[in-house]
Amino acid sequence: MDSLYILQVIWYFIIGLFLAGYSILDGFDLGIGALFPMLAKSEDDKKKLFDIIWPFWDGNEVWLVTGGAALFAAFPYAYSTIFSGFYLAFMLVLFALIFRAVSIEFWYYDVKRRKFWVIAFIAGSIVPSLLYGVALGNVIIGIPLNNVMDFTGNFFTLLRPYPIVIGFLGLSAILLQGSSYAVLKLDGNLKERARSLKKNISVFFVIIFVLSIIITAIYIPSALSNRLYLVSIIAIIILWLLYWAYLSFKLNRDIIAFIISSFSFIGLWAVAGAIHFPLIVKSINDSALSITLSNASSSELTLKVMLGIALTGMPLVIFYTACVYRIFRTKADTTK
Amino acid sequence: MNAVLLSRIQFGLAAGVHFIFPPLTIGISLFVFLFEALYVKFNDETYKMISSFLVKILGVIFTLGVATGIVLEFSFGTNWAQYSRLVGDIFGAPLAAEGILAFFLESVFLGLLIFGRNKVSKKMYLLVSFLVFFGSHLSALWIIIANSWMQTPAGYAMAGNRAILTDFYAAVFNPSMLIRYFHTILACWITGSLFLAGISAWYLIKKRHNEIARALLKAAMIMFIFTAFAQFISGHASSVRVAKTQPEKMAAFEALWQTTPGAPLAVFGIPVESREKTYLNISIPKLLSLLIYFDSDATVTGLNEFAPSERPPVFAPFMSYHMMISLGSLFALAALIGAFLLIKKTIYTTKWFLTALIIMIPLPILANEFGWISAEIGRQPWAVYKVLKTADAVSIIVPAWQVLFSLIMFGIIFLLLLTIFIYLMTGLIKKGPAKNADGY
Repeated sequence: MDSLYILQVIWYFIIGLFLAGYSILDGFDLGIGALFPMLAKSEDDKKKLFDIIWPFWDGNEVWLVTGGAALFAAFPYAYSTIFSGFYLAFMLVLFALIFRAVSIEFWYYDVKRRKFWVIAFIAGSIVPSLLYGVALGNVIIGIPLNNVMDFTGNFFTLLRPYPIVIGFLGLSAILLQGSSYAVLKLDGNLKERARSLKKNISVFFVIIFVLSIIITAIYIPSALSNRLYLVSIIAIIILWLLYWAYLSFKLNRDIIAFIISSFSFIGLWAVAGAIHFPLIVKSINDSALSITLSNASSSELTLKVMLGIALTGMPLVIFYTACVYRIFRTKADTTK
Repeated sequence: MNAVLLSRIQFGLAAGVHFIFPPLTIGISLFVFLFEALYVKFNDETYKMISSFLVKILGVIFTLGVATGIVLEFSFGTNWAQYSRLVGDIFGAPLAAEGILAFFLESVFLGLLIFGRNKVSKKMYLLVSFLVFFGSHLSALWIIIANSWMQTPAGYAMAGNRAILTDFYAAVFNPSMLIRYFHTILACWITGSLFLAGISAWYLIKKRHNEIARALLKAAMIMFIFTAFAQFISGHASSVRVAKTQPEKMAAFEALWQTTPGAPLAVFGIPVESREKTYLNISIPKLLSLLIYFDSDATVTGLNEFAPSERPPVFAPFMSYHMMISLGSLFALAALIGAFLLIKKTIYTTKWFLTALIIMIPLPILANEFGWISAEIGRQPWAVYKVLKTADAVSIIVPAWQVLFSLIMFGIIFLLLLTIFIYLMTGLIKKGPAKNADGY
């Protein structure tokens, strides 16, 4: 195995880590945004919900920015095909993320227009939560590509059954993450409302998860003989069974719910990586035209330099991020 | 209206709107750190109140920086797919480094800075303010590394029409990087200090928050004076570097149609490209040669040396370059007068100067935009100088109507954001520093 291939595999894995990290962290504030209308029944509720995301959402969103930049740096041929191919979808995601970012901050100061900012916050949370999974579903099931790695489909190619199911899988995982976080950090009525919401979402998640297994078996039959895929699916199922067993003994430690939700997110990414490796963007018209970690990557020197930066920088990031979360761990008084 | 032109306009619009905010973030973060340090040293509540007030403002500005910045990052993939493929091997790395080393640092600790004053010790909070300051300056470094590589590429080799990294150190420390970094940081400090000087000047005129306004004005003016003068030296160094590394850009800046020994410095003019003539031209003979080469008879390269298809446009770079320098000169003049008034201690009551400071608040932002217009349009037709042309860098498969759609949408969204930003900012400033210094 040559050193270039090893670096390519490592970077495939690192991009996966960035995406998993993004899902777990920004997942909870996107989830709260998407659930806002069901969680917040008063202005006071809204303030309490914003309180638990204000210090964190910006740092969480950096995982997307850095993950995108890492994809650009490590696999520029995949980055360019996906972003230019899904142009309108990415523009929609951008508009949504812009509105989400500003609505979180502006809601507090721009009291006259709070109704507008709440709508912007909700829409800005739901749209990306749905479209991320749609994008992932598309690259996994495959899109039409030409011999210069460009997308040859149109907007409706992106809305086939498989990507739509994955879109809802991603959305439900995000809703689960958001509601678990809300249960963990809130108190009183709001906490109980979040808890009952989380129960319903769990059911929804399980249904979509089963649906996605079925649809994957139909569209990607090779998945059923893929050991890592099967192991990851079983791991997620065991995780959930353990959690329900734990709950049924009425030992309600809210942090466990959040951890389970986070781990099942990691499990989902393991599933995706298992069936997709070594592809990044599958070609549905001609498998020779698929974009893989081998034909999409940067040079060996670039991958090596980038690895040095990532190995120095990311442990530091995780360390100080954990420190900051720890500082804010008490439930009360995030703001005045 | 083709996809190339529309994509250029869209990127220019997004970059232009984005660059209103990072200089303010960078400039203000310096003052937050400064006032926190003063607070820890002298335990004076005035410093704490100033710092908390600045942190509130910083939060709003930073959010807009993030919201507009993510558009740019995605744009390299959405609108400039060929660029990403052909030079991504070198260009992608500084962007990823910016994310890993700087974005996380400033964003994570900004959360603590805005909401965590009462959760950490005074010294810890000072460290937090330093990390936000450091993170924002480190972020600027990596993006300037990336953009400078587009102006003066180094440390690469061509494999067909694709650029491959051969020497990371050479690519990072390319010929224009350090000079442009200092020039940009000074511009950010000027932007921040004049912004804060203007705000404190307004409080002094309105006779509100007197003690705070005095302290803030003094700090802002000292910073402004040093940076406005330093920027002259930095600007000069930048121009010399441009003349030596991108001669057609300097020729465009000065509308130097022909190669000229003892070339004049254009002070004013209206260049018309089709006629290769500068109307209403006021120049100082031999000064350009003197400034670039320290030899008043040295030959400066003119536009005629370059094939027409490889020359930058002249009108926009010329006008924006001269506007930037005019504003820089105005800042130096204001710095001189300010220094005089500060030494005499009459600045706090010199109404006409305080009013001038308020009016001048948006001027550094304009100067920054003019600087970027000069740098980026002056580099055309190249996306990466002598490596990749802009016309070859665009996403081939994105039809023009889609770019037109996104351009219109961004136009509307940015207009909305800017309007609300100004409304909220004036509201925050009118409310002023408060007794209670925590969170929102």
